[in-house]
Parts: sequence; structure tokens; C-alpha cells
Amino acid sequence: MSATETLTESRGKPPAAIDPSKLLPVTLREDFPILQQTVHGDRPLVFLDNAASTQRPRQVIEVLRRVYERDYANVHRGIHTLSERSTEQYEEAREKVREFIGAQHLREIIFTSGTTGSINLVARSWGDANVKAGDEILVTTMEHHSNLVPWQQLAQRTGAVIKHIPITDDGLLVLDAMDSLLTDRTKIVAVASVSNVLGTINPVAQIARRAHEAGAVVLVDAAQSVPHLSTNVRQLGADFLAFSGHKLLGPTGIGVLYGREELLEAMPPFLGGGSMINRVWPDRFTPAELPAKFEAGTPPIAPAIALGAAIDYLKLIGLDAVARHEHELVRYAYERLQEVEGLSILGPAPEHRAGLVSFTLAQPHAHDVAQLLDEQGIAVRAGHHCTWPLHDRLGIAASTRASFYLYNTPAEVDLLVDVVGRIRDRFRPRGRQRRRRSQ
Amino acid sequence: MPSEEEELYQEHILDHYEDPFHRGQLPTATHAHEENNPLCGDVVRVELQLGDDGTIKDCYFDGQGCVISQASASMLLEAMHGKTLEDVKSFSAEDMLKLYGARLTPNRQKCCLLSWKVLQSAVHSPVGRDGK
Repeated sequence: MSATETLTESRGKPPAAIDPSKLLPVTLREDFPILQQTVHGDRPLVFLDNAASTQRPRQVIEVLRRVYERDYANVHRGIHTLSERSTEQYEEAREKVREFIGAQHLREIIFTSGTTGSINLVARSWGDANVKAGDEILVTTMEHHSNLVPWQQLAQRTGAVIKHIPITDDGLLVLDAMDSLLTDRTKIVAVASVSNVLGTINPVAQIARRAHEAGAVVLVDAAQSVPHLSTNVRQLGADFLAFSGHKLLGPTGIGVLYGREELLEAMPPFLGGGSMINRVWPDRFTPAELPAKFEAGTPPIAPAIALGAAIDYLKLIGLDAVARHEHELVRYAYERLQEVEGLSILGPAPEHRAGLVSFTLAQPHAHDVAQLLDEQGIAVRAGHHCTWPLHDRLGIAASTRASFYLYNTPAEVDLLVDVVGRIRDRFRPRGRQRRRRSQ
Repeated sequence: MPSEEEELYQEHILDHYEDPFHRGQLPTATHAHEENNPLCGDVVRVELQLGDDGTIKDCYFDGQGCVISQASASMLLEAMHGKTLEDVKSFSAEDMLKLYGARLTPNRQKCCLLSWKVLQSAVHSPVGRDGK
């Protein structure tokens, strides 16, 4: 089946074309063993669900194997060779993260279980200490539940109020609304750097500047940006920034919270247990220094070290090259998907967008689209993508999302568009009638 | 291509999707219930008019969601229309999957069983005076 086999409606525009000079070499796919398989018989796997979770290159898998086969022991405890090896590699990973996101101090990098764990840490520790009844928490309409529900929980505990920066119909933040939304009661502005549904790249630095003028702190949910666009926490003006390892070619169960040192210093510990203490008596404790203060219990040691390896891999390729590749794919997908009659793309034009595109069809429902794409080997996400309020705002129940990463190709986009077109054709209303039951 | 049993979107299912049995509201409803599937946001509402003789005199459904959730609701109500409450209560989840016909993975079984769950709750949910 070729991309041109099913011709969709042409609307008089020149056909979408790809600029190969903007793409990464297709040979890097060889680094990803999981991509070498077929599914449903002989269908080559087309993995377009990278905003949910990415795949790992051999270089990361090898590091996990090496840690578990040679170096693994608990960190910061044992006076023995393996513990020292593990501790050294775990702390090296922290340094890689620090450099990767442009943080000033190692003590500002907290390893967590993921973006959700990071945001909950801030909402619990910083939030409970700083937010009072009547205070305001400013989020946006496009937040993932992980950057909304923890603030709702904080509001429930404290009596604070949640406000939302609205979006335009094409999925851009209405920044002018910040003038009236930011008040002297606004304690924190929590915003995604890139929307996991719309793909919108939000102007975080601008938002942070305005938030700081109003005396609020800024948390950036960077789960969808750190893996794809180069990040500098100081240039962004982020007070807190959260992301996950598994969306960045790394393992699950590892994430990062960056926090500005003076804020982290002033915050009470979150989880209590081993490692996070300085001294413990029968009735009290004193907390450890940063970053251990926020890393209670045995941390995800091997995942952290493998996250360091994933960062090494991305740096070798170059994040700018990754971003260019994804942007070329998403521009191409955006243009080609518009050829499908009855398909609506959510979110802004490609120039405002990171490497994903979500869409709806008049018929059928997103889950059926995903099911039928899967039959052709194409993995996408369907549903509300943990952004129920955003889907309500857009007036839709669900959408289908294709999200790209450095290993995706234009041919995969062509196949996606082709199969979506055929699904649309198959479910076009055609006056079907149910067989009436004989009475 | 998938075999016929594996084919999720069999012709009679698509027929129910495009030409559903009693999709809409039932102003004379005595019982009603609505639920969603939090994983995907599918919604099904079932409205019933129960007769004094313990039968389902009339029934309607409404909702939004995937082909499986909506077509299965149509198939279920068509099968239960005119039946007794005992028939409804003894109609098991397994019966529902059998009625649907196509083989479903566990995730998609939830779509198929949504309307069945809603119907099982609806028979115990009399409509209040406020029309809820």
C-alpha cells in the first residue's frame, strides 16, 4: 500500500512536501531494537505514541544491564565497592540533568518518580507551607491532569481558589487575560511548556516574567518539552520545573524536579523516611541537606543512571537537530492530514507547535480510529489524554493523537494519513439499517 | 485481514451504530441511570419505563463514545425491550459479550459492558420528581 493509493480530497494546494535536509538519518532507528518488529502479522510497527512514552535506544538498555549486572547496590549507604560505584553513577546522572536543563546548582536537582511525583511534591511541600484560604493558583485550560489535580487537592486542603488562563479556539493561551487573572493573591502559576494535546509551545518565559511581577512563583510542567526542545531553567525563569525520564528515551519510574535553591531550602520535607534525615531521635528528626531532603527511601537508582545515558544519547544527536526533525514531521503531518475530508486538527498552526498533532473525525470515535490504526501497525493515543477540561473547552469527547520523536519518518506520516483516510471512508454514513426483529 | 470473529466492526454492528434502536429520550421514564468510562470518556444513559407487571415497557439510550459502546447499547436495549426485570437481572456480562459477537480485548470489553452496567443500575434507580 502506498501513500498515494487512496487519494483524499485535494483542495487546490500544492502537495505537501518534506525537506530531507531537516531530517535526522533514518539509520538511527537501528539503535532502537523495539522498532524492528512487526505487529498483527506482517505490519511494521509505526510508533506514534511518543507523547505518552518513548522507546529506548540500545545505549540506554545497555547501561541498565551494566548497572544490574556489575555495579548495582544501594546508594549513599554502604561502605563497599558496589555501593560506591552506584552512588558515583547516580550522582553523575544528577550532574548530567543539571547541565541538560541549565540549572546552577546540583542541589537544585531532585530525582522523583516522574512529572506527577515532582508536581505533587511541590503542591504538598511548598503549597501547604505557602498557600492559605483565599489565595489563588493560576493554571491554564490546557493543563494535563497531573498539573491540575494536585492544585485542586491543594485548594481543597487550604481553601485556595483555582483560576485558568483561557485558550483561543486554535489552542493558544490568551496572555492578555493574565492582566486581570494575576492578583496580589496569586501564589503560583503552573503551566505546561508544551501542551500534550494541542502541541502548543507556550511562551513560558513571558508568563514567568508577568507572574514574578505579581509576586507569584512559577512551576513549569516540562514533560512534553525537555525531551524535544532545549531547555534552560534560568532563561525560562522557572522556579520549579518537572519532567519524566520515560518520555526522554529513559526508563519509567524516574523523573526530575528542578527547584530554585532558596525555595527548596525553605520548603519542609515531603515524604519522610531514610536518606532524607540528618539526625533522628525517638520523637523528632532534623532533615538532610538538599537534594537528599526530598529523596526519602531508596531512590530509582538504575533508572536515574539510565536517564543520564538517555541524556548523553540525545546530546550526541543534538537537541536542535531533534527539534528540527520533529518540526518537519509535524508540519508535514499537519498539511497532509488536512487532505482528509471531515478531519479537524486541534491546536495551532505548525509554527507554534511541537512534534505532535491531535485530530478528530466526524465518524468514527477516536477509539475506533486508534483500533483500526493499530490493525495496520500504527500506535497512536486516543481519548481525552488526561486533559478532560481541555476537551470540554473544545466541545469534544475525545481525540486521536500522533506524536513524533527522533526515530519517526515521513513514510510513517504517509501511512498514517493513508489509513486515516480509509477509516473515514469506511465509516462514512451510508444509510445502513439494522435488521428489524420479527415481532 | 482479521478473521470474521476477530473483526471488531462486523456489518451488523455497524448497522446498529448508524441505525440504532431507540436512541434518544424517554419522557415517560420511571427509571434512569448514566455512567461514563473514566479511561476514555464514553458516556451512556439509559432510560426505562417499567410496567406494573414487572416488564420493560419501553427503553431508550443516549450517549457518546466509540462504535463498540454505542452499538452495544443499541443491541442490548433491543434485546431487553419487553423483557421482565428478572430477565434483565439474569442477563450476565458474559451474555452481553456473546450478544455483541465480535471478540474483544479486555480494554474494549469495558466499552461493550458500559451500557450493560448502566442498565443493571438503571432498574434500581427510580426517576426523582426533579426528573433526574
